[in-house]
Amino acid sequence: MKVEPNARYSKEHEWVRKEGDLFVYGITDHAQDQLSDIVYIELPNVGESFSAGEIICVVESVKAAADLYLPIAGEIVEIHEALIDTPEVLNSDPYEEGWIVKFKAADPADWDNLLSPQDYENLVEEE
Amino acid sequence: MGNDLKRTALYQWHVDHGGRMVPFAGWEMPVQYPAGPLQEHHATRQIAGLFDIDHMGQIEVRGPQAEAFVNWIVTYDVSQMNLFDAHYALFCYADGGTVDDLFIYRLPDPQVSERDYFFLVINADNRDKDVAWVKAHAGAFDVEVKDISDKTYMLAFQGPKAPEIMNRLTSVALTEVTRFTALQDTIFGDVPVLLGRTGYTGEDGFELFFPVEHALKVWEGILKEGESDVVMSIGLAARDSLRFEPCMPLYGHELSPTISPIEARLSFAVSLHKDFIGRDALLKQKLEKPERVLVGFELIGRGVAREGYPVIYDGNEVGEVSTGMFSPTTSRFVGMAFVPRDIARIGTSIEIQIRNKVVEARIVKRPFYIPAYRR
Repeated sequence: MKVEPNARYSKEHEWVRKEGDLFVYGITDHAQDQLSDIVYIELPNVGESFSAGEIICVVESVKAAADLYLPIAGEIVEIHEALIDTPEVLNSDPYEEGWIVKFKAADPADWDNLLSPQDYENLVEEE
Repeated sequence: MGNDLKRTALYQWHVDHGGRMVPFAGWEMPVQYPAGPLQEHHATRQIAGLFDIDHMGQIEVRGPQAEAFVNWIVTYDVSQMNLFDAHYALFCYADGGTVDDLFIYRLPDPQVSERDYFFLVINADNRDKDVAWVKAHAGAFDVEVKDISDKTYMLAFQGPKAPEIMNRLTSVALTEVTRFTALQDTIFGDVPVLLGRTGYTGEDGFELFFPVEHALKVWEGILKEGESDVVMSIGLAARDSLRFEPCMPLYGHELSPTISPIEARLSFAVSLHKDFIGRDALLKQKLEKPERVLVGFELIGRGVAREGYPVIYDGNEVGEVSTGMFSPTTSRFVGMAFVPRDIARIGTSIEIQIRNKVVEARIVKRPFYIPAYRR
């Protein structure tokens, strides 16, 4: 399992990375592996706001649908529309090409409370 | 995972080769291997795939009244079967609902005379129910019914390259074995095998039955023989998408105690000219036409229609999706659903309720993928 050192993590296997004043969000390598072949993603809309832990989009693998949660409250600034036609990128490159949304955090300090790469790795090992 | 789940003789092989084990029909089975369901699916369509399907059950029926008995409990007329023929059929309740679907083989048997033996292949989930059902109706007939699931191993080897690879392993030329027939042979030196040119993927290929103690030898032997062709082991996820594209029914989805084979459009397996349990109900349904029938649909809007999602027509909920998914071979988002007969026309616009949104769809021709052996 790959873990991206500059990101922070949620227990639901999502990552959040700082990019200037914004945050970038995606699913972890572990999440994409568990979901296996992703064939569809339903993205949120730019301008939509979510509270911490709210469902922001749905991904569908060959087998099943899975909800994705935004771990900290924020407003969507940009969505990765290319994923609609190439959802397989979520499997092949979850931390870079597979980013899902960029958002403005309601309180940027919330990011510090997410799991560190090490804590996240430990969490996955315990599962 | 509970200890009450059964494991096949290949359990350790699956684990050692990265199989992701999941509970399925009371068994712990590989849902996929590291290659993943899409690659496994394409490998089966383009080359060949090997499936551990030992969770499926097998029942022997032998005796002077074997033919009369089997004909009483299944929908298909087995009197028209020749030795070594294989055919799809169903067990039905008296009301026409489905007990299970099955494959029937007519075979020679050393214990009885030539036309007095049948070999039935049933679903894992229904094994106990089916065995009880068959035995419950055997009383009036001079037959012996035996559940031989535990000692019989079952594999499927499916894909365009499967015949050529299998042919290198058998002593009989497999060109002799046409679709929906079987042969008995010995492979890998000492493995007596029943080889049916059957399967549930829409591809050419075989289902193999042999004594359980040879499971690993046969499994590894076929993989090794197919190594240069890159034959893959295939998990349940791809098995499902492979059977779904040619619109083959899966019990619990397209068939159930409340779904008849007429509604599921399986008339090819229902011989209404003979008497059998459920015949009157099915004949009535056929003549009066069923109120709801199975259709195929394609999503026009974006989304994935899953089992149980409501089908909407003209603003009203009129049915339910039985199976839906992304079809890897056709790259379409399609599904099967039961809808009222009067709207079951190709081209009809319907909608599927996908979670909190309603997505436009259209009834399309089934199957989504025409089986290789029908082209």
